[in-house]
Amino acid sequence: MDSFWIIATASLVALSCSFLGVWLILRKMAMLGDAISHAVLPGIVIAFLIYGSRDNSIMLLGAGIIGVFTTFLIEFFHKKAGVQSDASIGVTFTWLFALGVILVSALAGQVDLDQECVLYGEIAYVPLEKTYTLLGYDIGPHTFWLMFIVLMINILVIGIFYKEFYLTTFDTEYAFAIGMSSWVWHYVLMSLVSFTTVASFESVGAILVVAFIVAPAASAYLISRQLKQMLLLAAVFGLSASVLGYYLAYWIDGSIAGAISSVLGIQFILVFIIHLIVRKSNVKNSNYLEKELLSQKAN
Amino acid sequence: MDGLPSFILDNPNFWLVTAGTVLLSISSALVGTFTFLKKKSLIGDAVAHSVLPGICLAFIISGNKDPLWIIIGAFISGWISILSIDFITNNSRIKEDTAIGLVLSVFFGFGIMLLVAIQHSGNPNQSGLNNFLFGNAASLIGKDLITFSALSILLVITVFIFYKEFKLMTFDRQYARTIGLPLKLMEFILSTLTVLAIVAGIQAIGVVLMAAMLITPAAAAKFWTDRLFYMLILAAVFASLSSFAGAVISFMAPAMPTGPWIVVVISLIAMLSFFIAPGKGIINKWWRKRQNQLKILEENILKTFYLLGESGAEAQKGRSIEDLNRRRPWKKAVLIKGLSRLKNQGFLVFRNGHWYLTKIGLSKGQRVVRLHRLWELYLTEYLKIAPDHVHEDAETIEHVITLELEKSIMNKLGFPELDPHQSKIPYTN
Repeated sequence: MDSFWIIATASLVALSCSFLGVWLILRKMAMLGDAISHAVLPGIVIAFLIYGSRDNSIMLLGAGIIGVFTTFLIEFFHKKAGVQSDASIGVTFTWLFALGVILVSALAGQVDLDQECVLYGEIAYVPLEKTYTLLGYDIGPHTFWLMFIVLMINILVIGIFYKEFYLTTFDTEYAFAIGMSSWVWHYVLMSLVSFTTVASFESVGAILVVAFIVAPAASAYLISRQLKQMLLLAAVFGLSASVLGYYLAYWIDGSIAGAISSVLGIQFILVFIIHLIVRKSNVKNSNYLEKELLSQKAN
Repeated sequence: MDGLPSFILDNPNFWLVTAGTVLLSISSALVGTFTFLKKKSLIGDAVAHSVLPGICLAFIISGNKDPLWIIIGAFISGWISILSIDFITNNSRIKEDTAIGLVLSVFFGFGIMLLVAIQHSGNPNQSGLNNFLFGNAASLIGKDLITFSALSILLVITVFIFYKEFKLMTFDRQYARTIGLPLKLMEFILSTLTVLAIVAGIQAIGVVLMAAMLITPAAAAKFWTDRLFYMLILAAVFASLSSFAGAVISFMAPAMPTGPWIVVVISLIAMLSFFIAPGKGIINKWWRKRQNQLKILEENILKTFYLLGESGAEAQKGRSIEDLNRRRPWKKAVLIKGLSRLKNQGFLVFRNGHWYLTKIGLSKGQRVVRLHRLWELYLTEYLKIAPDHVHEDAETIEHVITLELEKSIMNKLGFPELDPHQSKIPYTN
C-alpha cells in the first residue's frame, strides 16, 4: 500500500508538471520555469516558519506569489536596467534560491526542512504522513490530496482557457487583434507554475521539479504534430516515468525523485534516437523522390 | 579586520582557505565574463548542475574523494552536457532554452539518484560528499586546496594568454574569421575553460549555485564600464569580495553552506550596481528622464506665455494660472511646480497674483516658438509633408534642437517670414 501512495502522488506531480511544461517550452520559457522553481524557496521556508507544520496548504500556496514576483523582477531588470535577458534570469533566481538555502540552514532547528529536502524532496515519506478518512475508510495521505487538488486546478484552468493559451502561444498577433492580452495569460501561466512548484516541493524538491516540467514535454514535442497530441504524450511520458522511476529507486536504493528524472532522461534519449532514425529515412526518401523527379525531367 | 573574532585570525588555515576561495571565484568570474558577453550564461547553469553525476561516478569508481578523480569525473560529465545541448539543438526543432533545462535537470536528477545511493551504501568515505551540493569553503584543506587553487591559477593564466583571441571572437566574429582565427578551436577552448572554472569552484561554492559565480560578477561589472579589460578586473574584484565574505562566514558558522552566502553577497553587489551605477543604473536613467520632462514642461510654459502675448496685447503682460490653462491644459500641481521652478531660474516674476515674463524668459519662450515654426516649415518644404501633419512632430523636436542646428536650419530656409500656417516666425534682433 505504501508504494501505491508514493506512485500515485508522483503521478499527480508528473501530470501537473507535464501539462504546464508543454506550454512553457512552446512559449520558449523553459528557463523561466526553472527560475521560478528555484526562486520560490524563500517563500516556502517563511511559510514553514510561520505555520510550523507542513499541512497548511493555503499558506504554502501563498508562498507561490514569490514565484510570480520573480517573473516581475526578471522583467524589471531586463526592461528597466537593460540587463540582458539570460543574465537577468540567472542573477535573479540564484539570488533568491541562495537566500532560501541560508534560511533553511539558519532555521535548522525550527523548521522541518533540510538542505537535501530542498533539492530532491521526500516523496518516500508520503505514506508516513497524516492520512484522511472518509466514512471510516482511509482515503490517503495529505500530500496526495494536495497534489490532486493542484492537478484539478491546472486541468480546469488550462481546459477552460484552452483557446486563450493556444492563441497567445501560437498566434500572438491574432490574439492581440481580437483583444486578448498576452500579458494576462503569461502571468496566469506563471502563477500556475509557481503554485505547482510550491506544492510539488515536498515530494520532488525545488530543482527536480524542472525535470518533471521540461523532460516529458520535450520528448512529446519531438514526435507530435498537434498540441492535443503533445499534451497527451507528455502525460503518458510523465506517468510511465513515475512508475518505472519508483521501481528503479527501490532497486538501487536511491532517491525516488532522482530516479524518476533519470527515467525521464532515458525516455528522451530513446525518443530522440527514434526521431533521428525517422528523420534520416525521411531525408533518404526525399532524396529518392528528388532523383526520380530529376530523371523524369531528363527524360 | 578588527570585527573578526581572534580564533579565526589565529587559525592558520583561515588565510589559506580564504586565498583559495578568492582564487576560485576570480577564475570563474573571468571565464564567466566571456560566456556572459556571448549570451551563453545559462549554459553555465546547465554545466554546473551536470557535473554532479560525474563527481558521484568518480567516487563510486575510485572509492574516495581524491580531488584529482573528482576533477576528472566532473570535467567529463560537464563536457558531455555541453555536447548534449549542442547535439539536441542541432538535430531537432527543440530550442536551446528547452535543451538547457532538459540537460540540467536530467543530469542533476541522475546525480542525485547516485548520491543518495552512495549515502545508503554505507561507505565510510562518503561523508562530506554532499558538501559538493552547496559548497563548504572550510573543508577546502590540504590536497583539495592545492589542487583546486592550481587549477584556478592555470585558468587565470589561460584567459590572459587568449585575451586578444577571446575579445575578437566575442565582439567581432566577422573580422576574426577574416584574419584566420580558428573560431571552432577558440570556442572549444572557451567551453573547456567554462567547465574547468565550474569544476574548480564546486568544493567551495557547490554545484547548485556555481552558475551565479559565472553570471553575476560579469552582470554587475557591465554596469560600470564598457571596456572589456576593466570589466574583467571589476568582475574579479566583485567576486573576490563576495567569496572573502563567504569564507569568513564558513569559518564562523561551519553548519552554514558557503555557496549561498557568496551568492547572496555577489547578488547584492550586482543589484546595487543595477540601481546606482552612473550612466546605466536605473536611478541615473530615471533622473535623466525626469530632468528631461521638467525641461519640456518649463519650455512649454514659456512658449505658452509667448503665444498668449502674440495673439493679443504685449507679450510681457501678467497672466494668471487660468489664462495659461485656457491655452494649454495642465494639471494644476504640475503647472505650479513648473512656474515656481521658472521663477527661481529668473525666467518669470510673480506680482499681485499674476505671472510676468522676464526679459530672458521672453527670449527663451520666443526661441521655442521659433524652433517649432521653423521645423514645421522645414518638414513641409523639404520632406513634402502636408502642413496639417507637422505640428505633432514639431512639438517634440522643439525641445531637442541645438543652437548649431537652429542656425543651419535658418540659413537653409533663408530666414523665412511665415510658417506653413501663416504664423509669423519670430527672430531676435
